[in-house]
Amino acid sequence: MPVMTYREALKSAMVAEMERDESVVMLGEDIGIYGGTHLITDGLFERFGPKRIIDTPIAEGGFTGAAIGMAMAGLRPIVEMMTWNFSFLAADQIIQNAAKLRYFSGGQVTVPLVIRGPNGGGVQLSAQHTHSLEGFYGHFPGLKVVSPVTPHDVKGMMLTAIRDPNPVIFLEAGALYGTKGEVPEGDFAVPFGEARVAREGRDISLIAYGRQVNMVLKIADKLAAEEGVEAEVIDLRSIRPFDEGTILESVRKTNRAVVVQEQWRYYSVASEVAALIQEQAFDHLDAPVERVSGEEVPAPYARNLEVAAFPSEQQILDAAHRALYRKV
Amino acid sequence: MSISSIDPSGTVAASEMEPELNREKLLGMYERMVQIREFEDLAGKNFAAGLVPGFVHLYAGEEAVAVGVCSHLTDADYITSTHRGHGHCIAKGVDIHGMVAELMGKSTGVCKGKGGSMHIADVDKGMLGANGIVGGGLPLACGAALTAKTLGTGAVAVCFFGDGASNQGTFHEALNLAAIWKLPVVFVCENNGYAEATPVAYHCSASDIANRAGAYEIPGVVVDGLDLFAVYEAAGEAIARARRGEGPTLLEAKTYRFYGHFQGDTITYRTEEEVLRYRDRDPIAGAKKYIKEHGLATEEELDAIDARVVADLGQAWTDAQAAPWPHPEEALTDVYVSY
Repeated sequence: MPVMTYREALKSAMVAEMERDESVVMLGEDIGIYGGTHLITDGLFERFGPKRIIDTPIAEGGFTGAAIGMAMAGLRPIVEMMTWNFSFLAADQIIQNAAKLRYFSGGQVTVPLVIRGPNGGGVQLSAQHTHSLEGFYGHFPGLKVVSPVTPHDVKGMMLTAIRDPNPVIFLEAGALYGTKGEVPEGDFAVPFGEARVAREGRDISLIAYGRQVNMVLKIADKLAAEEGVEAEVIDLRSIRPFDEGTILESVRKTNRAVVVQEQWRYYSVASEVAALIQEQAFDHLDAPVERVSGEEVPAPYARNLEVAAFPSEQQILDAAHRALYRKV
Repeated sequence: MSISSIDPSGTVAASEMEPELNREKLLGMYERMVQIREFEDLAGKNFAAGLVPGFVHLYAGEEAVAVGVCSHLTDADYITSTHRGHGHCIAKGVDIHGMVAELMGKSTGVCKGKGGSMHIADVDKGMLGANGIVGGGLPLACGAALTAKTLGTGAVAVCFFGDGASNQGTFHEALNLAAIWKLPVVFVCENNGYAEATPVAYHCSASDIANRAGAYEIPGVVVDGLDLFAVYEAAGEAIARARRGEGPTLLEAKTYRFYGHFQGDTITYRTEEEVLRYRDRDPIAGAKKYIKEHGLATEEELDAIDARVVADLGQAWTDAQAAPWPHPEEALTDVYVSY
């Protein structure tokens, strides 16, 4: 199977859909002539021309709103948010228009729109340029929210996102653009609403999404090698719609769960997962559900401070030990 | 267009791109204005009577703007609208019975009772939706115009908004986008003098909002929004310009709302004398006077139009009151397109 980077896989999905469907267009800051700040759209301006690869001014509310209007009138825009941190400037358009137009028009309006860009921290961009927005956008009915972590899934889920007739918030693992993985050739749309079992196990469920999945997989290997504990790792990857079944099936098997996320704990995805487990798998639990989250501070700058503010391997291991009632 | 520029036969020599404003079209425009007025008067009364929940923001007094602009548009053209959107909907041809039912929240409403007064949409009529967020519709209109330009449909988008919206970031972002992309869009600012309760002289740095067009190097035009013919002519030029691919125009219509910001507004920010001064310049009375003076219709013919509108709207309220509420299960549908 071909190996490619997260960046290449993401781009290949968008190129394939632009070749297949003329109504797909892209908008964003410096995505055209410059090739994109993160080089996701490099070469696409030359390939598809200025009518389909549209450079915008730095005006997130304006061009995101315009993309919503374009979608309402029949095109299928993909908006590049240079980073999701800038999406707060467009949040009114995303939340008040994209998410709600279909509902308040009584089903008349369709908004086939993808908004994509790098999300999350880990590259020392400090407070204003570091957010994990799964919980924030996942809160709003009317949006679909996904967070793929592997090159395979970023391609497969982008194919699904572009074909979806609803507004999709596509949260990329920005720190992982250069990571490599196997990506099948051709068309393999990965459906939304299905979590991925990234590692099978019977002793404890480790549940994460985004770049924390890779960290959790390492912990799982360590637990197996050093303690003989077989952890099951669930990559949520689809935040809304949310795959309750895979989580519950895993916890009913392992009876223990740790949920890991980079975002802040209060009102977060991990809180939702923990609540789901206690509601629907209470009798299967042998220990309280553990949450490992970002510290309740804006993202710091210095490397050691940033590391201290995000979930660490040790924190995850400690949480797993607590859930397993093993000595920490 | 001043009244004197209309020749004695009653034919308005509108801009060359537009069909002439003949008797039939003018009477149609008159009827639309009367429909809007009657719609709003009844909505106000029935809100007070408890038949309409939530907020209603009435458009009475501003009829010449919606009708003068939308008379140049077809169903293929787009409009976006505001919280004060009933007039735009009616002028764009949205079914009045469906609108009344929507105000009541009935299943027969144009949005199945899910949107209400501030969210009336009718996609088949090119009415992309009223917007309850001040300034929320400006980028959407740019996007609809960009689709029209990309696909080469020849359609234009008209964005209605108020003086208050001209201070939102979306106004400035949208004007800039429309200017750099030369979009077929017309920004129609309905300056009714107040952003809710704050007078325009306080909230806006510009003496004319149209002056703000200068910053984006697009035409900015001020027009008397109480004069149907002036609006019709200015809008005709702006829309023709957009259709020719020459880009956006900011059209500021100086107008006035006869009611408050919303029903229940205590209206402490303006005097009764001011309201009466504007009521003396009622745009419908002005159109009526012109039509009669130029022999385009008799008093009896106009009365017949008025009576027809009153009867139709009376029936719409009767029907809406008799119509069923949405089925409770409808609360959970139309969130996503299922596919």
